[in-house]
Amino acid sequence: MHAIDLIMWPIQKIIGVRNMPYIFLLPNLIFFGLFVIIPLGANFFFSLSSGDELLFAERELPTTKQYDQLFDCESYLNPNTCTEDFFWRGVYNTIFFVVFQVGLMIFFSVLTAVILNKKIIGRGFFRSVFFFPVLLSPVVVGLIWQWILLKNGAFNAIIESYGGDKVSFLTDPSWAMASVIFVSIWAHMGFYTLIVLAGLQAIPPNLYEAAEMDGTSRERIFFRITLPLLMPNLLVVFILASIKGVQTFDEIYVLTGGGPGTSTSLIVQYIFTTGFASSGSVQNFGLAAAASMVLGVVLLFLTLMQLYFSRNKESKHQEI
Amino acid sequence: MMNFKFILKAISVALVSFSLTLISAVSFAATDVRIMWYGDGDKENVPIAAQIDEFNAANPDINVILDIVPYDAIMNTLPIQLAAGEGPDIARVTDLGGLNKYYADITPYVADPSYYEKSFGPFLNWYRKPGDTTSIHGFHSTMTVTGPYVNKTLFEQAGVDLLGPGATWEEWAAVSIEVAEKTGTPIPMAWDRSGHRVSGPAISMGAKYFDSNGDPKLVDDGLKAMTQMLYDWHQAGTMSKDLWGSVSGSKYHAPNDWWNAAEVVFMMSGSWQIGRFANEVGDDFDWWAVPAPCGPAACTGMPGGNALLAFNANPAVGKVMDYLSSKEQLSSFIGQVLAIPGHLDLQVDYQTDDPNAKHALNTFAGAVPTIDQVAFDLQAHVDNRIMFNAIISRLGQAIVGEMTMEEAWTRMDEDVEKQLKEKYGG
Repeated sequence: MHAIDLIMWPIQKIIGVRNMPYIFLLPNLIFFGLFVIIPLGANFFFSLSSGDELLFAERELPTTKQYDQLFDCESYLNPNTCTEDFFWRGVYNTIFFVVFQVGLMIFFSVLTAVILNKKIIGRGFFRSVFFFPVLLSPVVVGLIWQWILLKNGAFNAIIESYGGDKVSFLTDPSWAMASVIFVSIWAHMGFYTLIVLAGLQAIPPNLYEAAEMDGTSRERIFFRITLPLLMPNLLVVFILASIKGVQTFDEIYVLTGGGPGTSTSLIVQYIFTTGFASSGSVQNFGLAAAASMVLGVVLLFLTLMQLYFSRNKESKHQEI
Repeated sequence: MMNFKFILKAISVALVSFSLTLISAVSFAATDVRIMWYGDGDKENVPIAAQIDEFNAANPDINVILDIVPYDAIMNTLPIQLAAGEGPDIARVTDLGGLNKYYADITPYVADPSYYEKSFGPFLNWYRKPGDTTSIHGFHSTMTVTGPYVNKTLFEQAGVDLLGPGATWEEWAAVSIEVAEKTGTPIPMAWDRSGHRVSGPAISMGAKYFDSNGDPKLVDDGLKAMTQMLYDWHQAGTMSKDLWGSVSGSKYHAPNDWWNAAEVVFMMSGSWQIGRFANEVGDDFDWWAVPAPCGPAACTGMPGGNALLAFNANPAVGKVMDYLSSKEQLSSFIGQVLAIPGHLDLQVDYQTDDPNAKHALNTFAGAVPTIDQVAFDLQAHVDNRIMFNAIISRLGQAIVGEMTMEEAWTRMDEDVEKQLKEKYGG
């Protein structure tokens, strides 16, 4: 008999064998409850309160004022007509950011994975190189690229050395969003490339051999064999990248601070600024909580999509 | 049985020894006093750390812990800590009125309350809640005045004379452009990105900030005139969009990197930069503080400063405050950091031979009597940060083309109204 049995036997006798898994899950459930469920509940109650106090006892409760304020718009297509125009600018910037970042991320991940799947010289080295940025902290990523993209940064020095004019990559509204999308792709592409690469390696080689024997062109092989068989992996990449994209904050905050104006300010920055970084203005915890509930709904939808597709994929595998 | 008795005795002896050790440790433990301090680099952090070490050595019953944090932590983390009932015993604060609900009254614990009244009298009201005229919460560690600097070397190279007292903002902009053109300097004018910095010039243009009842009323013709001027300067290239465009919202940003690299002719900032310029610019070029430019209503900067304020009241905190606010310590600190004292009767021996720094100290100290009353009232108002932040975030948006100036002014007033409603209800 092991020492642990001294504790487990009596418990099993009381609750029965069938309920024992719950006991093993208990430690995790306690931490999940403490750090996820309770804060989530607290956040919900904050979103239904107002005032600048942190303690519930001192806040005005309940009120839908924060949600009313958040959704008070003459036209949702024009943030300038909304009471919380910073929120809506954040919404539109996030949509723009996610659409382009995720689209380009998938394109470059597939391209890189296809190349890294070939028998090229230094394949192991290049696989590491592409994955390396994933290991960096977002703050480090932001600082590195700030030094490169600043008006007096490395990139402009190269442009100038070839006789070109300096470009305000981070402070010109027309360049800033493109710059942060580029940096974000650079920082995260390695992870998604790895998923696509795993998908590529799972495609049975005999399919390619058969296609080659039939004289099928490379393009046709790619579009008729590789891409369709890669689709389940690409769906996972799409959903994971979308979730991550919606949550983006730290690297952009370091890189542009959300500026110029609000042109690179996403929803998470709005939540952070409204609740915690108001620089002496009222720290509006209620409004920040309401905005994070809205963001939570979007993330829940994306997560459910991911669960649906991954289960679909699993059941298809089982059918095969 | 013998064994059991022996074990019982041994445990009893061990418990008694442990209890005695614990009791003696508790009796002789020093009282911790935690100070949250932001400093303008080593020039401020080193002198305060030395003073704290000296205090700890002389007072073994008190252990002062100095937490040096970034300015952002004072502005954004400290209020959250305080709202949660946490936070330090003392902190160096610039949002003087904004945190007043958390300040502790240390009057019973300081050696001589009248010393604080005599030495820091006008500033004590900046920390107090409305209606309170007696509490002592701390003291002004340095006083600041906003105002401009010029790169004197660039003026000399361009052969352009510096303007004297009474020159207007338009005249300073014109000569800055002239100097920049003649010397090939990329940025004629650069300002700290701060609503506080905009407010002095706005008051010079006639801004009143308050209605007849003394309630905040941000946008008027004076504020419009100054913010429109700033907008126009950005569009015309007199000010670079790269500086204010590099952040968003109400985030503070200073043009020191451009200034240190001699890429700016005229910089609007304040007296707290003197020590920094003396260290960082050195002999690279001559920098000169100039009198606050004028508008139709005044020629004023904004007063300000930072104060060491108490969030807990106990004898240890009182003793630390007495020590740090004493003439000897304050004079030594101010002399090293090259700042304007917030103490009304302090002889300071500034530890610098830099003529630029000496001239700047004289200029800013001489500017104090010329500060407009509206500026003092604004600085003393509990909700001034709400107004400062509304100015800078909306002006920033207008400058990069996200809204017109008309829309920005409307938004400034709405922002102030919204924030005050959230704070006070209604």
